[in-house]
Amino acid sequence: MSQRRRRSGNLGVIAPAEPAPELRLWEALNLALDREMAQDDAVFVLGEDVGLYGGSYRVTQGLWARYGEWRVRDTPISEGSFTGLGVGAALVGGRPVVEIMTVNFALLALDAIINMAAKLRYMSGNRLAVPLVVRMPGGVAHQLGAQHSQRLEHCFVNVPGLRVLAPGTPQDAYWQLRQAIRDEDPIVVLEHELLYFESGPFDEQAAPPPMHAAVVRRPGRDFTLIAWHRMVQVCLEAADRLAADGIEAEVVDLRSLRPIDLPLLRESVGRTHRALVVEEDCLFGGAGAEIAAALTEAAFFDLEGPIRRVAGADVPTPYNGELEAASIPDAAAVVAAVRAALEQAGPGA
Amino acid sequence: MQRSLIRQFYRDMLLARQFEEAAAEQYRQGRIAGFLHLYPGEEAVAVGTLRAADPGDYVVSTYREHVHAMVRGIPPEAVMAELFGRAGGCSRGYGGSMHLFSPEHRFLGGYAIVGETFPVATGVGYWLRMTDSADAVLCYFGDGAVNQGTFHESLNMASLWKLPILFVCENNHYQIGTEIHRHSALAEVHRRACAYGMLGRRVDGMDVLAVYEASREALAQVRSGAGPFLLECETYRYRGHSMADPASYRSAIEVEELRARDPLASLWRKAEAAGWMTADERRAIEAEVTAAVDGAVAFAEQSPPPTELQAGVYARPLDLYRGAP
Repeated sequence: MSQRRRRSGNLGVIAPAEPAPELRLWEALNLALDREMAQDDAVFVLGEDVGLYGGSYRVTQGLWARYGEWRVRDTPISEGSFTGLGVGAALVGGRPVVEIMTVNFALLALDAIINMAAKLRYMSGNRLAVPLVVRMPGGVAHQLGAQHSQRLEHCFVNVPGLRVLAPGTPQDAYWQLRQAIRDEDPIVVLEHELLYFESGPFDEQAAPPPMHAAVVRRPGRDFTLIAWHRMVQVCLEAADRLAADGIEAEVVDLRSLRPIDLPLLRESVGRTHRALVVEEDCLFGGAGAEIAAALTEAAFFDLEGPIRRVAGADVPTPYNGELEAASIPDAAAVVAAVRAALEQAGPGA
Repeated sequence: MQRSLIRQFYRDMLLARQFEEAAAEQYRQGRIAGFLHLYPGEEAVAVGTLRAADPGDYVVSTYREHVHAMVRGIPPEAVMAELFGRAGGCSRGYGGSMHLFSPEHRFLGGYAIVGETFPVATGVGYWLRMTDSADAVLCYFGDGAVNQGTFHESLNMASLWKLPILFVCENNHYQIGTEIHRHSALAEVHRRACAYGMLGRRVDGMDVLAVYEASREALAQVRSGAGPFLLECETYRYRGHSMADPASYRSAIEVEELRARDPLASLWRKAEAAGWMTADERRAIEAEVTAAVDGAVAFAEQSPPPTELQAGVYARPLDLYRGAP
């Protein structure tokens, strides 16, 4: 096997030397891949239409021309096997980044992710490493029907051996993907279909937070709203409306679902005494249930009421646009949940 | 053929046979738990293919892989200790019978979900091709695995990209208790190779010399850049699928017919007739193998248990509730 070669001084190949102050999220992911591929020959990407086509959401655009077909591999429609291919390559020195076109298709790759990637280090007595990244977009987009509108956080957060990231801004997408590629563990990066073309501030020179750290997007003294992905935007909109009534909500972007940054949540609730978890995934058995339970255990005596959840309805996503909108949380639902919680004030309020 | 190689084959297969019988005895005595899948009857396949491989080649095997591990050089002590769940095992007691690993022997498992070896081997082959390596991969699977989606998906990719993989079908004719004509529309597994534009052939998997020669030829093809090769070895397992299986689905006559073609006995008959091995040499090998198996059991009995529950879930210890360090 040839030695993995690390290069340096070759970073400015795809992007302008001074990146624009705003990037769309897909552009941030694209830049992150380009930076890591330029720096480390062991990094390669594979998936359906990632090469010549440039990626269904443009995330791999330009990379095929730059790095060639062996490092940007168009695969057949074989999710189970090309994800398992990533596992095999990771065992012997590769640093594969597998793109699964949507989280819905990842159901065909769960054996590779859960039975192989997550378990091989442990089953081998800590003798093997699986430095694998599996990226996939999910979430409810625009009337794609039940089979293309899932949020499958619950499938991954309960699996020992996996790390699960949920970047929701271009800045986070850029750094969390780079951090994930450099990590020695298998990492699932959940992206959201509706966020790829959203723009946000981008500063490549700014020091990145740790990969699993949560971030406060909006400070507030009265209520903690905990969310990730697009639900952060929903919470920010809700916080604006609540502010008009004098209720200051703090919005925490969790950014990582396994592990979670409980100390930051604990600190926030220590000030606000109330919290709501907002998730797009279905309510029953979702990641939000774990967050609410862990935070309740950690902060029970600081709380003035139960930690509640606003989540997707427990239904397959309907096609009809109005029903679809009704199946996932919006700002109005978050505002209503906050008001209801405040009206149910406990004895100390 | 070299006399030393013949004796090596005989020793490998005898160690395989005696090791597995010792494992069965230890299982009966309660020292080995869980599922235990044994290899008697199939020895010529692992020995013939792996002795044809180079030291740099990778091996990806199934849950019936004790013999593959030992032929690759993992000491019998480390395999038996793993079956006992002890720290001296090749997976330090965390894997068990179905999950043997040893990176320094390029032995990558030990996969217990039928059909998993295909994509793992394809990934290793992809990396070897991407890095212009001269090494190859040997990928093992049973006849029961060829109807999993991963078989078709992986062979397609391996052939499409000309990956250096020898796919070895250990066709023992049974997926647990279902005979191949009851689970496959096409029972000649090697003929499936043409569906993926790759080469394939069938060989008598009870004849170690035939398996060895066929493997050498196939590996030469694989290393030449011609792409992967599907080698079907027709073999038989004398025992049930696992220790839990009384094998009531097949006749005693069938088992006796196959036992008449026993790979160890037939190699000895040929070796004696050709003057490749003397009765004294055979007795010496038997004594050496018996000592090795006794030593493996003794080592496993004395090996301490593993104690760290959390070691190796992640590269570094991870507190699930403290994401930021």
